[in-house]
Amino acid sequence: MNCLLIPAPEAPHTVLTLPPAPRTHVTVRGLSKAFAGSPLYRDFNLDLPRGQIVSIFGPNGCGKSTLMNMIAGLIPPDAGEILFDGKTLRETRIGYVFQNYRDALFPWLTAWENVAYPLRRSGMKPAAVQAKVEQLKALFEIRFDLSRYPYELSGGQQQTVCIMRALATEPEVLFLDEPFSALDFEMTLFIRAKLQEAHLATGVTMVIVSHDLEDAVFLADRILLLTRRPTRIAEILPFDLPRPRSPEVMSDPEFVRVKARTLEVFRREVAA
Amino acid sequence: MLAALRTVVAERRWLPLIGPLLLLGLWQLMISAHWVKPVLLPPPGETLGHLWGTLVSGAIWPDLQSTVWRTLASFAIAVVVGVPLGVALGSAEGAYRSVEFLIDFFRSTPSSALIPLFLLIFGITDINKIAIASFGAALIVLFNSAYGVMNAKKTRVMAAQIMGVSRWHVFKDVLLMESLAQTFVGLRSAVSMALVIVIVAEMFIGSETGLGHRIIDSQQVFNVKDMYASILVTGALGYVLNLAFLLAEKRLIHWSGKA
Repeated sequence: MNCLLIPAPEAPHTVLTLPPAPRTHVTVRGLSKAFAGSPLYRDFNLDLPRGQIVSIFGPNGCGKSTLMNMIAGLIPPDAGEILFDGKTLRETRIGYVFQNYRDALFPWLTAWENVAYPLRRSGMKPAAVQAKVEQLKALFEIRFDLSRYPYELSGGQQQTVCIMRALATEPEVLFLDEPFSALDFEMTLFIRAKLQEAHLATGVTMVIVSHDLEDAVFLADRILLLTRRPTRIAEILPFDLPRPRSPEVMSDPEFVRVKARTLEVFRREVAA
Repeated sequence: MLAALRTVVAERRWLPLIGPLLLLGLWQLMISAHWVKPVLLPPPGETLGHLWGTLVSGAIWPDLQSTVWRTLASFAIAVVVGVPLGVALGSAEGAYRSVEFLIDFFRSTPSSALIPLFLLIFGITDINKIAIASFGAALIVLFNSAYGVMNAKKTRVMAAQIMGVSRWHVFKDVLLMESLAQTFVGLRSAVSMALVIVIVAEMFIGSETGLGHRIIDSQQVFNVKDMYASILVTGALGYVLNLAFLLAEKRLIHWSGKA
């Protein structure tokens, strides 16, 4: 009898109608979001692979940050489901690095206390907190004085503290919202190197929103390119050079090729 | 070269003295040139001498003491009422918006205009003076605390939320700390406001003590030297209170204006 009925308008996807690909960490299904009546996302589906770094790149206003912030739970989606290994956000530890490190750190706490804050609040014993912060200090090869207040540190040092704080709780997923945009080139190179080391050491899944083509490609295993709104996935480009990648990678033929390809897709989408 | 630089630096330290010395000079000039009668304005030397005398003899201490006591008592009440209320209203913006007009209205009403009303309620008592001063000061504390919470940096609040910190700890560790800088601005204005109202109240609400009482009393009996000395002491009191709060703010809210 069913075949005689007019087919219903297609329902948004769920993990049941569209199962995640193998080795997926974050699954986004049927995501919808509209701002002031105009749809930004409609039935948007995405799989983020485990333990990899995904850069989100796309035209202005396509909602790169909105997508990441919906996944991170900072902006509520209108509809859809987001699962981390089948768990909800509430059951998942995440870390988030903001673009504006000045506004993200707590200026009434020293840099050390900032890193220790999420650990203390999670009920960790002082000795364990001490050990964890020392471990991060070693991982990031910190040479500046962590007993100083954030406003006494340089921009790059502050952003380093932000990343340490975000990694302190050993999150499953680390979100980074344009982490380099307020840094000079020297500091960008430094933080890029540190992020790679942290990634190698912890295997954390990372999502980076970037508005800089070079940054987007350099760190990524996958470059997620978005279309203009209503936003869809334009393409997902792989970039497989081994890590750690030194700054010389920027002149490697493979980097140049992927960057050119990313630019090509980007320009196609901007013109679309 | 170095010596010259050192002299400039040394001279810089004394720059703040130039203003007061100029004022004293002008004061003396007005008398020497007979612009004002000495009966209205005694010479600065004599006035300062009289001031010194009242301080040494202790004649002015009881008045100074009761004014300080009233001001601090009013301020304490204002803090106890204003800070929690302001923080509560600030964290529920809807609640603040619904009483915003009342706060702004009474904040704009000179508290001295309410003295007769307070006289009706409290009569000619010490409590009256403290009540009206704490009313005026509490409003200032309240709206500064409320704005401190409302203007908390959203990024910091989000940063704490993402860490999975409980709502209570987001409030205590972030919102409350964020509001402190603005709260301190409120405290500093409030203590000045409390002093102003206390002085006015001491002048016009039957009073036996207080600097306000001393000023108006000496004016009535034409003891101008004592009047000017009392005015100077009142000014010094206001200055010291403000300075104390500035120093406390710098120590306690070390991040103010830097982050």
